[in-house]
Amino acid sequence: MSMADIIAQTSPAAGAGARQGITGPYGPKPRRMISRRNVFLYGTLFVMAVYYLLPLYVMIVTSLKGMPEIRLGNIFSPPLEITFEPWVKAWSTACTGLNCDGLSRGFWNSVRITVPSVLLSIAIASVNGYALANWRFKGADTFFIILIVGAFIPYQVMIYPIVIILREIGLYGSLSGLVIVHSIFGMPILTLLFRNYFASMPEELFRAARVDGAGFWGIFLRIMLPMSLPIFVVAIILQVTGIWNDFLFGVVYTRPDTYPMTVQLNNIVNSVQGVKEYNVNMAATILTGLVPLIVYFISGKLFVRGIAAGAVKG
Amino acid sequence: MTAASDTSVSIQDLSLNFGAVTVLETLNLDVADGEFIVLLGPSGCGKSTLLNCIAGLLDVSEGRIFIKGKNVTWEEPKDRGIGMVFQSYALYPQMTVEKNLSFGLRVAGTPKEEIAKRIARAAEILQIEPLLQRKPAALSGGQRQRVAIGRALVRDVDVFLFDEPLSNLDAKLRAELRVEIKLLHRKLQNTMIYVTHDQIEAMTLADRIAVMKGGVIQQLDAPQTIYNRPINRFVAGFLGSPAMNFVDGRLEDADGGWRFAAEDIKIPLGTYDFAKPPAPGPVTFGIRPEHVSLNSGTGWPFSIAANVEVVEPMGSDTLVWLKLAQQNFSVRVTSERTPKNDEAVTLGFDPMRASLFDTATGTRI
Repeated sequence: MSMADIIAQTSPAAGAGARQGITGPYGPKPRRMISRRNVFLYGTLFVMAVYYLLPLYVMIVTSLKGMPEIRLGNIFSPPLEITFEPWVKAWSTACTGLNCDGLSRGFWNSVRITVPSVLLSIAIASVNGYALANWRFKGADTFFIILIVGAFIPYQVMIYPIVIILREIGLYGSLSGLVIVHSIFGMPILTLLFRNYFASMPEELFRAARVDGAGFWGIFLRIMLPMSLPIFVVAIILQVTGIWNDFLFGVVYTRPDTYPMTVQLNNIVNSVQGVKEYNVNMAATILTGLVPLIVYFISGKLFVRGIAAGAVKG
Repeated sequence: MTAASDTSVSIQDLSLNFGAVTVLETLNLDVADGEFIVLLGPSGCGKSTLLNCIAGLLDVSEGRIFIKGKNVTWEEPKDRGIGMVFQSYALYPQMTVEKNLSFGLRVAGTPKEEIAKRIARAAEILQIEPLLQRKPAALSGGQRQRVAIGRALVRDVDVFLFDEPLSNLDAKLRAELRVEIKLLHRKLQNTMIYVTHDQIEAMTLADRIAVMKGGVIQQLDAPQTIYNRPINRFVAGFLGSPAMNFVDGRLEDADGGWRFAAEDIKIPLGTYDFAKPPAPGPVTFGIRPEHVSLNSGTGWPFSIAANVEVVEPMGSDTLVWLKLAQQNFSVRVTSERTPKNDEAVTLGFDPMRASLFDTATGTRI
């Protein structure tokens, strides 16, 4: 058999004419759009989506209605008359206990709690993780185990001791006290996160930098940090949403004028005097949830890009 | 022991333990100025560990290390006057080639003009000038390894340390870069210590090879000496591809000289150069496949006949497998003289080329 014969036999698509002589299955297997598998798959997805989106729909619709319309009781019907009054009220005039300046005060309190807590905890935890992964000092493993155990101790156990500690150092009720508490409680999980990320980096890179004469901070700032965007994005998402959504520490360690947004929201929704203003409550809830929502939407994109950038092998 | 100032690198009584595990055991090694030393051994023999100790990346448990006559045992890697090239290249992925090369100098605070001068020189030597503005991700494996070598080059060090630098490359590139490293050594005349498990790299590059096993240097000698007169059975078996043939038998004192006997095979050793006074007893007879010839007449003082079992053509030559005293035995012949399967052949070799080992201890006799 000559070479040409073999080629002709093994590649029937070589000429258009060759295809006519072929019977039986050829090329990609045909797939029906409406198969049992597809119906089941997309049907489940649709049901799940509705299940999760329906409450949000009800909240938005209710927040745009006036009180008389809400009293009709048709919670699924769209508003007949769209009004932004509840949103304005929730933001600036709703009463929470002593003050009647709405959620705006809580919003700014939450910003002043979240931003420094996130920065401080990530700054410390990244150095922690780097030291644990790359500079295996004596007792590093013991230290790490103690830190991880810290992640499993229930918060309730520590609340009262921390109240006393904060009182003794004069930070009880202040925003900086809460910032310290959040930073400490973020430490175990963040350190674990950073340690594992840095440990997964090639060790030879670290050694090469040492031979090149870079020290502890030189290697961290000039070699490790530029390579760790993805893990920083993950840490920021984790911390921003976690601290913003925190209620327990906020209610325990702050005073009414320094309450974070979540605590204020609770006070608006659970106020016992007067009529329940469902539209204002809904608007206030959406406003409070907006920050984590925005973080997810923005950083989701960044996250994927960060992963892709980090995956390029050097 | 004197502070070895006439050597480039001197390792004295070096030991390293990780807990109960001994990785290096009272190791001594003197490397002359400008010498190319290859540390060769199977994985886990401690060769990379030794290199990391020289580089200062690992603390030693016992002993001292001198570089250029200076005791550097407690020095940081950067103060030892060494440059290191890693198996995975270890280039900083976020930096361009130029920044990679200059990183060490920038950390040390070298003036800008000096950095530029040194990079230009290194780039010229390694022919990587067109790549200077690229990131490592945009380089091929061979180019990356060249940049990694350049990073050691710009720092103007006394000693180059190579940690399996070619193991991540494909066979063709490996052969090319091997020649380049040899040329580089001729050009720079630096001391180089090179770790590899590839015996071809060791044979081709080294002035001297240190064959290591179990944290101990088994033999330290010129490549030809190690190849021709291996000091023990491990060294004999580790170097050479295809590997040396071993036949277990006995050393006998026959009339008129010593001879090796295994079953019905009797080989008078005649001119064999004994490493120590021979005594009768169990020995292993070793000979390299290329030192045996097939059907080469009757001029030998012995006659060994065997049947061909398998023939392995390798292009330039052919490996013929047969059984000798019921042990596998290979012979390397030129492609034109390849026998057929099951063909009866006679073997011939010069006993002077053989190696005899004590079967129990494995040391050369």
